[in-house]
Amino acid sequence: MNEQGIGASVRRKEDQRFLIGKGNYTDDINVAGQTHAVFVRSPHAHAEIKGIDTSAAMAASGVVAVLTGEDLAADGIGPLICGVTVTSDDGEPHRAPAHPALAQGKVNYVGDHVAVVIAESKSEARDAAELVDVDYSVLPAVTGTRSAADPGQQQIHEVAPGNVCFNWPFGDKDGVEAAFAAAHKVSKLDLVNNRMVTNPMEPRAALGEYNTGTDEITLHVTTQNPHVHRLVLSAFNQLAPEHKLRVVGPDVGGGFGAKIFVYAEELVVGWACRKVNRPVKWNADRTEAFLADAHGRDHVSTAEMAMDGNGKFLAMRVHTKANLGAYLSTFGTMVPSYLYAFLLAGQYATPLIYSEVKAVFTNTAPVDASRGAGRPEATYLVERLVDICASDMGLDPAEIRRRNFIPVDAFPYQTPVVQCYDSGDYPAALDKAMELADYDGFESRAAEARARGKLRGIGFSSYVEACGIAPSAAVGQLGAGVGLWESAQVRFNPTGNVQVFTGTHSHGQGHETTFAQLVNDQLGVPIENIEVIHGDTAKTQFGMGTYGSRSLAVGGVAISRACDKLVAKGKKIAAHALEAAEGDIEFADGSFSVAGTDKAMSIGEVAFNAYVPHSYPEGVEPGFDENAFFDPTNFSFPAGTHICEIEVDPETGVVEIVKYSAVDDFGRLINPMIVEGQVHGGIAHGVGQALLEGCSYDSEGQLITASYMDYAMPRADNLPSFDVDYAPTNPPDNPLGVKGCGEAGAIGAPPAVINAISNALGVKHIDMPATPENVWRAAQQATAASA
Amino acid sequence: MYEFNYRKVDSVDAAVEAIQQADDGKFVAGGQTMLPTMKHRLASPSDVIDLGGIAELVGVCVEGDTVIIGAMTTHAAVAASAEVQAAIPALAKLAANIGDPAVRNKGTIGGSIANHDPAADYPAAVIALGATVKTSRREIPGEEFFTDMFETALEEDEIITAVTFPVAEMAAYMKFENPASRYAIVGVFVAKTGGEVRVGVTGATSCAHRGLQLEAALGGQLDASGIDAVELPVENMNSDIHASAEYRAHLVKVMTKRAVEACAQ
Amino acid sequence: MVTVNITVNGKPVSGEVESRTLLVQFLRDNLRLTGTHVGCDTSQCGACVVHVDGKSIKSCTLLAVQADGAEVTTIEGVANGSELHPMQQAFMDNHGLQCGFCTPGMVMTALDIVNRNGNNLDEATVRKELEGNICRCTGYHNIVKSVQAGAKNMGGS
Repeated sequence: MNEQGIGASVRRKEDQRFLIGKGNYTDDINVAGQTHAVFVRSPHAHAEIKGIDTSAAMAASGVVAVLTGEDLAADGIGPLICGVTVTSDDGEPHRAPAHPALAQGKVNYVGDHVAVVIAESKSEARDAAELVDVDYSVLPAVTGTRSAADPGQQQIHEVAPGNVCFNWPFGDKDGVEAAFAAAHKVSKLDLVNNRMVTNPMEPRAALGEYNTGTDEITLHVTTQNPHVHRLVLSAFNQLAPEHKLRVVGPDVGGGFGAKIFVYAEELVVGWACRKVNRPVKWNADRTEAFLADAHGRDHVSTAEMAMDGNGKFLAMRVHTKANLGAYLSTFGTMVPSYLYAFLLAGQYATPLIYSEVKAVFTNTAPVDASRGAGRPEATYLVERLVDICASDMGLDPAEIRRRNFIPVDAFPYQTPVVQCYDSGDYPAALDKAMELADYDGFESRAAEARARGKLRGIGFSSYVEACGIAPSAAVGQLGAGVGLWESAQVRFNPTGNVQVFTGTHSHGQGHETTFAQLVNDQLGVPIENIEVIHGDTAKTQFGMGTYGSRSLAVGGVAISRACDKLVAKGKKIAAHALEAAEGDIEFADGSFSVAGTDKAMSIGEVAFNAYVPHSYPEGVEPGFDENAFFDPTNFSFPAGTHICEIEVDPETGVVEIVKYSAVDDFGRLINPMIVEGQVHGGIAHGVGQALLEGCSYDSEGQLITASYMDYAMPRADNLPSFDVDYAPTNPPDNPLGVKGCGEAGAIGAPPAVINAISNALGVKHIDMPATPENVWRAAQQATAASA
Repeated sequence: MYEFNYRKVDSVDAAVEAIQQADDGKFVAGGQTMLPTMKHRLASPSDVIDLGGIAELVGVCVEGDTVIIGAMTTHAAVAASAEVQAAIPALAKLAANIGDPAVRNKGTIGGSIANHDPAADYPAAVIALGATVKTSRREIPGEEFFTDMFETALEEDEIITAVTFPVAEMAAYMKFENPASRYAIVGVFVAKTGGEVRVGVTGATSCAHRGLQLEAALGGQLDASGIDAVELPVENMNSDIHASAEYRAHLVKVMTKRAVEACAQ
Repeated sequence: MVTVNITVNGKPVSGEVESRTLLVQFLRDNLRLTGTHVGCDTSQCGACVVHVDGKSIKSCTLLAVQADGAEVTTIEGVANGSELHPMQQAFMDNHGLQCGFCTPGMVMTALDIVNRNGNNLDEATVRKELEGNICRCTGYHNIVKSVQAGAKNMGGS
């Protein structure tokens, strides 16, 4: 193996700058003459605005401007958009209420944007923001996912009667009904997928600059997808034409989905910098992040499985209510629909699946993708239900999974819910995970724990996800407003070093290293001589960004294709220089050689020839710089089995994770060190959802968990070290044989943890987050029931 | 944060004088609660009088059967103090688990007690150990110091100078942490001093207090067998998303039992 | 406005600030030392940890004026030019960082852990000591390994 190529755990190229404090995050950037923006936010969950008096704020020290929704509308700045259409059961598109970046007469959640104050300093802007006098007429708030669409609820948006965004049935309803009627056994579970706040550690920020000379706006912003930002801000918000708008996502301190979306603050900053003709900077404090970042999850579901006498799954039926918040965020509609229902087959050969998703509006922050997006919700539901099935049938949880797994020889496997899985070996991952977890030794460990007064439990989660998002034609048919290909440009400079431009965006994933390894592997250039460039619409070709574990599976293939083009062109140039036929030129390890001879030249020499084409093949363009776009033919389907072992203190309800074993199939690994880090982080995120994190609003729509004082983030002492291994298969639908690994842990972990707790307590179910009090209560009930 | 006048003082007298001169002055000790409160604009003092320069308020000493901790002694210093570790190890342990290492390097015992966050740790120890709070004017018995949530017996211009703790024969503190803030959902300090067993409870209710029912059940002994039978008034307990009143009442008993067991070890 | 004189990473600096200016704002806005980050407003995330007179503190919870006369070390003062400190090197070698945002605070806290606990750190100690530093990317697994390895390397063994 090449020590810098595919499969090598190379140290990350990006680390040096982060370790010495030379990262370049949006809020680290300062420009001459910059002003500071602070938003006036609604303190009410639901209210009409009778008037806004900005005079006192305008008169305050240091204030440059106070702008409201009226100013925004007067300048023709459009509302924020949702990019994916879901057709409701009445045949109409989902209901899409207007989402102004600054309120137009009404606010719909606590934290909603009412006005912006721009001042010489942030302190002055904040002082003045308190002086903006808003006359609210408060309306009743709707906050509950379960009850939002009930009769008699306060109406939030005129265009969405009954607070319903869409009601989306999917699958063979009649077939499922018939299978349930004929089933030997039906298992059923009601469950909640708790609302989360995504919480990348860097709060969102934006810095807008307007150049009067070129009429160009430059927007530095915490984004996972600068070109998508530019497209949306230009085409839908009329901020500026695309060629006059530069969007830069510099170093970004984590995203996990929360920085995909185009937010009000970013649009307002971009607009305001031209309006006041000064650079405008905004950065969120953590409280604002809690209030106004898009949240994740928030489902209430009923799941049922019909089985035959052997515990074989015959059909599954799911009813889900999904909370979309007060407005539709950029991809809000897609998460509880296509990213959710299409994964309900899980790893199982369930022949019939029917689901109904009712998406509702509430007076809470918009809900959108958060690490995993839809797939954690599907996986949690399926993997909890499978454990209930096992219990109802008196089967070991591993055994019922094994009986229902899609057989290894059935791939490619067409599920009843659109997706066609291209590869997988689910029993292999299960076996390996059970070995890693020492499943056979569990009973003796449980007995030892009982002797100490502790309850030990073990839980499985055999997940599959669809990522490598996504084939453009497929998502187009489904109602997406964009294509989801990816782009790359690989450029040799005349001196032989390489610049790789990618349309993806790295915000922790280590693309600068992984992509350099990919190029090294193909072109033989040391990674020290390869620079990966991303995140600036003025530097890189159009790209779709990073989310849905797509960067390597889609963006990596584009890079590989550009490398292929360079090699093809290089052969022509080398053939000419080496006076051989093109067909006789071979390329390996960075060297073009004439087959069967010792005549060779390095790729660096070829590059030099291409830029100094004094003696050059006829008809070949000078330059050594290739572009490629790649549109995948299928999603990719990472899968695996995670096994969590926990110990409960029944007296307090405290759960300790004593062992966590993960065996995943990500296909081929480029940098195992980085992949393992992604798995660790994903698991922690999933454990956070299962044990700690619950975003909570009160009945008035006030956010109770608006800081780390009340929203419990996983900390180092909440977690163990993790045991991670792999059971790879080779996905035929991905040219690099890769699948994606960024979301797997967050998808796999929650059911593993909750299954373990249910196992320990001997209870059917406990909702997330399984806080000490919830666990204590469940333990009390279990004790009472068994007494 | 709103702007304020900053005054740094180097003596207790100067501090008292400064606050008397201010419109609406506040003392700041370690600032680990005060500054976040001001950052959120929940407090807007006209003057902030920084006690950080008063050297005489810093330090730990043991005199006979008494541990004297200067009000401006940090949690880290108390935790690391060999004298405290030897005299009242439970107190050193309590200090070692307040906040996190960086917070402990700034936060002080005087600040913590004067602020009286109902979920702070020190109040439980002050009560259970029968400590005395020494101030710029007087000595206040620990049990009478905490009056209500964020309220104490201190006057506006009164400064804590030291807290004196009688050395206990045996003592232990058990904290059940809020998973988010890591403050005490419930904290119980049990101490046996001079033949008496006292229980200090924090986090459970609006005010740190003596657990008299628990003490009665212990009957002066480090024997927790009677604790389960205690019926604590649930209606007095705090209730929030992390712990209902009923659960808190339960935790008070569990933490008491565990503290008693830890004393015995 | 008040004048503050602080020695930052060995260099004396002074500035005119409002009383309400936090140390982290002074570092970031006045001195443009942007390696120290702000990740929360309740003194919990630890992205802002620096050393003041040799001890770790949260620079979002200290007024700049309170640091008057103090010696402050930030992440920018840890490496020797581009040569990483053994703790920084351990974070690189053990993949103890992903997005890098919490990293400066983690490294400053790690150095403080070693100062107080020595070079042989067990996993439980490190996890407990990291209570005041939140990371969303790594799941802490590799941060814990990094701190242990860095501590060992600082001991020269």
